[in-house]
Amino acid sequence: MDKFTRRRSLCAMALAAVALTAQPALADGETVKIGYAVSLTGPNATGAGITTIPNYKLWVKDVNDAGGLEMPDGSKRMIEVIEYDDRSSNQDLVRAIERLASQDKVDLILPPWSTGANLAIAPLMDRFGYPQLAVTAVTDKAPEFAGRWKRSFWMLGGGHDYAKGLVEVLTAAREAGKINDKVAVVSVADGFGIDLINGARPAFEEAGFDLVYDKSYPLGTSDFAAMMSEAQNSEADSFVAFSYPPDSFGMTKTAISMGYNPAVFYVGVGGAFPIYPGITEGKSDGVMSIGGVDVNGPGIKDYFAHHAEVTGNPPDSWASAITYASLQMLEQAVKRVGLDHAALAEELSTGSFDTLIGTVKLEDNQLRDLWWVGQWQDGVFKGVNPSDKPGASAPTIPKPEW
Amino acid sequence: MIMTTLILGLVLGGTYALLALGLTLQYGIARIMNLAYGELTLAAAFVLVALFSGLGLSPLAAIVLIAPAGYGVGWLLYTVMMRPLVRRSGASGRLEVDSILATFGLLFVVQGVLLVIFGANLTSISYLDRGVSVLGVSVALNRLIAFGICVVVGGGLALAMTRTRWGLTMRAVALTPGSAPLVGIDVNRVARQGFALGTALAATGGASIAMYQTFSATDGVIFTMKALIIVIMGGVGNVTGALIAGLALGLVETFVATAIDPGLTLAATFAIFLVVLLWRPQGLFGRG
Repeated sequence: MDKFTRRRSLCAMALAAVALTAQPALADGETVKIGYAVSLTGPNATGAGITTIPNYKLWVKDVNDAGGLEMPDGSKRMIEVIEYDDRSSNQDLVRAIERLASQDKVDLILPPWSTGANLAIAPLMDRFGYPQLAVTAVTDKAPEFAGRWKRSFWMLGGGHDYAKGLVEVLTAAREAGKINDKVAVVSVADGFGIDLINGARPAFEEAGFDLVYDKSYPLGTSDFAAMMSEAQNSEADSFVAFSYPPDSFGMTKTAISMGYNPAVFYVGVGGAFPIYPGITEGKSDGVMSIGGVDVNGPGIKDYFAHHAEVTGNPPDSWASAITYASLQMLEQAVKRVGLDHAALAEELSTGSFDTLIGTVKLEDNQLRDLWWVGQWQDGVFKGVNPSDKPGASAPTIPKPEW
Repeated sequence: MIMTTLILGLVLGGTYALLALGLTLQYGIARIMNLAYGELTLAAAFVLVALFSGLGLSPLAAIVLIAPAGYGVGWLLYTVMMRPLVRRSGASGRLEVDSILATFGLLFVVQGVLLVIFGANLTSISYLDRGVSVLGVSVALNRLIAFGICVVVGGGLALAMTRTRWGLTMRAVALTPGSAPLVGIDVNRVARQGFALGTALAATGGASIAMYQTFSATDGVIFTMKALIIVIMGGVGNVTGALIAGLALGLVETFVATAIDPGLTLAATFAIFLVVLLWRPQGLFGRG
């Protein structure tokens, strides 16, 4: 009778499981449920794993360590996270968002990583009325989207902005006599690369640059030796790549190994990643890329140190700080108006917020006060364009040799 | 100009061929269509990075350790996971479908384990990242080493397959697994050897890729696809065929990238693949 049968032990295990899952339910009234679906697996896992997920975890930890999310009445509620893996598939992502909104009934939903994912969930977020702080979405159509989905916020600019910023930097260098008017440009034949090259071609032309080598390459290309040797032979002083992280790294390594030393060496996404200097064996100084930070900005230094300490890795120097800043905005907006979605969206749209990237006030639901071009200087990725933005560093051209 | 294309193409092709050798052995001899091939390659790449950055072991020394370890892993995989499938399928030809399903599952298991252990970050090491002039063309030394490994391993294997008794038994099992036991060949043992050797080659390929390419835990499928194309082009189980198909693919890609447009490299790859499939479905060097 008292034998420990398999059935009985299964019963006990089931009970234990019920008890375990019931635990958080007790504290239900006091927590704020925040849900998100991000790519923990699949091709997007890399980007989400560098920029998005660490900042979500860091922020939740920071808020909970400080006693919880503060409500307008001054009470504090702990954050309870519901996390789903979208497996880098937009179908799974949309299902997960539906589930978060209708089954889990979370108070807030944090956005996924990448432009495509944010666009995929925008109509749904709008239908359920959740504010969407789309940070890692680069799109020229942000004004249109912000008009169509009133509670969506677009915080990373568009392809044209980055292309224009780069052309400004190169024009200034040419006028100073540091580079010639020839440019070699390669771009990945995928959303981001196409957006940027389409913005860059007319901008280069208008500024009087000659695109002597202008080619695109397919997604997933891993060998750049042929392309780089063509660019090297093109007499261009400037090499520009609108590339994805693996390509950016591959091109950099190829350029180093073949001794290709253009006066301007610009790579796309990945150039601002913390592992970039390691890729170049510490010879990253002078390389330009997208994004940048104001190293003397109020919160940046602490943020970098704190991020590295808690998550084990330093943040990237493009969208990481903005991701964290968007969460600070959310935190402050909740403190001012509570968790009502309409009021929250209104506050995010009109209020101004103290964040680690300075005081942020959105224009037409978009963050426009951004760094378009950055450059590695003394091992730090500093913002160089817009050159009139406070904290801008002067670009080093020509780049020191590898 | 032509020299540049030729040398860069050969070096690229060599790395492709090295990647495909293991798969052609696994599929040709053990009859296991291993969809987790790329993941096993990646696992070796991660191990190399861990050995290099954790213990400071030189990648070349690490490869010497990783290859036998790969053999061990392959041996174990075959004994534990594939052998029951082989036994169950008997002579019915179900093995191919079963092995695809089983290794498809294995793909996600290995990928998940890699994600948990090494995270989703892009991984890259810098080792011998300097240019070497080959006939006036600057080639990265680490790629040249990978090419060297491919020539030595691939050439050695091709010789062993055609010139030794061991190779003869391997080819016998690859060609007619049904009749091989009639002449006293232990098909199970040979298949296990083939699979383990294939895994060892996958590990060698992965470890040499880690020297020059940036990769992340989710890139395995790309390697599997590339290897699969080369294997099918070269003829299943044909080591020499895989070597030549790999080199040809590298040459074509480089030629298209320099002479026509880098945007067409993928299209060119699949165009040749299509032509080979239509014209010689058994592969360039396969027996029809």
